[in-house]
Amino acid sequence: MWEALQLDFMRNALFAGLLVSISCGIIGSLVVVNRIVFISGGIAHAAFGGIGLAFFLGFSPSLGAALFAVGVSMIIGVVSFKSKHRADTIIGVLWAIGMALGIILIDLTPGYHVDLMSYLFGSILTVPGSDIWLMILLNMAILITVISFYKEFIAMSYDEEFAFVVGIPVKLLYFVLLGMTALSVVMTIQVVGLILVIALLTIPPYIAEKCTTSLGKMMVLSSILGIFFTLGGLWLSYSYNLTSGATIILVAGVTFFLFQAIDLIRGH
Amino acid sequence: MRVPAIDINGVWFSYDKTPVLEDVTLTLRQGDFLGILGPNGGGKTTLLKLLLGMLKPDKGTIRILGEAPHDANHRVGYVPQNTNFNTTFPISVMDVALMGRLSRSRIGKWYSGDDRAKVQDALKKAGIWDLRHNPIGRLSGGQRQRVFIARALATEPEILFLDEPTASVDPEFEIDLFDFLRELNRKVTIVAITHDVGVISRHVKSVACVNRSLIFHEEGQITREMIDMAYHCPVDLIAHGIPHRVLPTHTET
Repeated sequence: MWEALQLDFMRNALFAGLLVSISCGIIGSLVVVNRIVFISGGIAHAAFGGIGLAFFLGFSPSLGAALFAVGVSMIIGVVSFKSKHRADTIIGVLWAIGMALGIILIDLTPGYHVDLMSYLFGSILTVPGSDIWLMILLNMAILITVISFYKEFIAMSYDEEFAFVVGIPVKLLYFVLLGMTALSVVMTIQVVGLILVIALLTIPPYIAEKCTTSLGKMMVLSSILGIFFTLGGLWLSYSYNLTSGATIILVAGVTFFLFQAIDLIRGH
Repeated sequence: MRVPAIDINGVWFSYDKTPVLEDVTLTLRQGDFLGILGPNGGGKTTLLKLLLGMLKPDKGTIRILGEAPHDANHRVGYVPQNTNFNTTFPISVMDVALMGRLSRSRIGKWYSGDDRAKVQDALKKAGIWDLRHNPIGRLSGGQRQRVFIARALATEPEILFLDEPTASVDPEFEIDLFDFLRELNRKVTIVAITHDVGVISRHVKSVACVNRSLIFHEEGQITREMIDMAYHCPVDLIAHGIPHRVLPTHTET
């Protein structure tokens, strides 16, 4: 493993894993307590439409994914206020249309064979240095936003009605959360791929929630768990020559089931 | 004369096309203790939501302490009917009560020492200071109710709204709660929704009955008319458990 660290791409992979774990720990905690896991799944998959568009028009796939993810998250935000009872249906529709659009656009892109697997299941080993800087910036933006409006985010997440009554702009805050979720999702696609994003966004917070008594501690513990999963997964995938994204998720998954089992035994 | 605590004037409200409130008018002076009676679906909670600015009337005006409801929200406290939600949420009693110190003008700032002192005071008043570090989900129904009352008190409200404060609470706590509210009422105007005629009769100063329209009785008497309106058919339960004070004096005409 240590000789591997001499390699540039391995160092970048490590940094990417670290940064994504932090953003997933913070945003994932908010996603879990606000019960918008399905929305984040929808955003992740719809983002593929943006990746397709980027290839078709010839610009950066990350930018395409980011544009689509943020756009779709805002649409979902509007829908979840306007037609609450069918919001999940519409999220499902956007989820599928985004994927289909992405595939068709790549089909239409002449003479270009995109490695689909790397978007579906991640490619942490090919994260370029420039993306690392982008991830650092995004992480800082998320940290500053969440720390500044920490008490408002707690109020919105725990008791939206009360937050509204005391004058917190709940809707605006919800859209900010969706936007941050979209950007974290795009970052995470790099590491574990768009199909596996949900796992990294939900497993660490789910475990952390049961061990903590505040949202802040939940975020910190989720981030630490995420780092453990990504670095552990990366090490296993390197040692046994396995797909890194899937290995990371399985490390998280095994921990998830172990934790559930311990919880079950303790409960009886 | 002081501005009325609540001033509702000719308010109409409907969900989509279903009318819920029709031509509701009520003026409540400061320092009053109003009990709002009414059948389920009669519009009690809707009225409360209008008073809190969560809903806007189709017609008519509402003034809370002389201001529009949404502008007065830092001057009122609110205890919701259901305190049994989000019980797995990682949050301590202290942090729930601190939410009472939230306000529009201080968005983006952390809670101050002053906020914490006021919340400490509120938690002590509600008798749950010792539980402050407990996760909210591990409390009993009655304890949790106190946390939400403490949260409302932390706002230092001039009016306190309670929606069915005894709905999920053991009877012993119910008596406690109303003694506590009566003590609080020396300084704070209180508006409590309840379906419990007995509770209202023993503790409140004035009574209103909502069933699409509203009847208000400033002396706290529950009239036959109210009972009939509240429960559609004449009820003879007023003979049980209700002290004479609230029974209308029988006048021959």
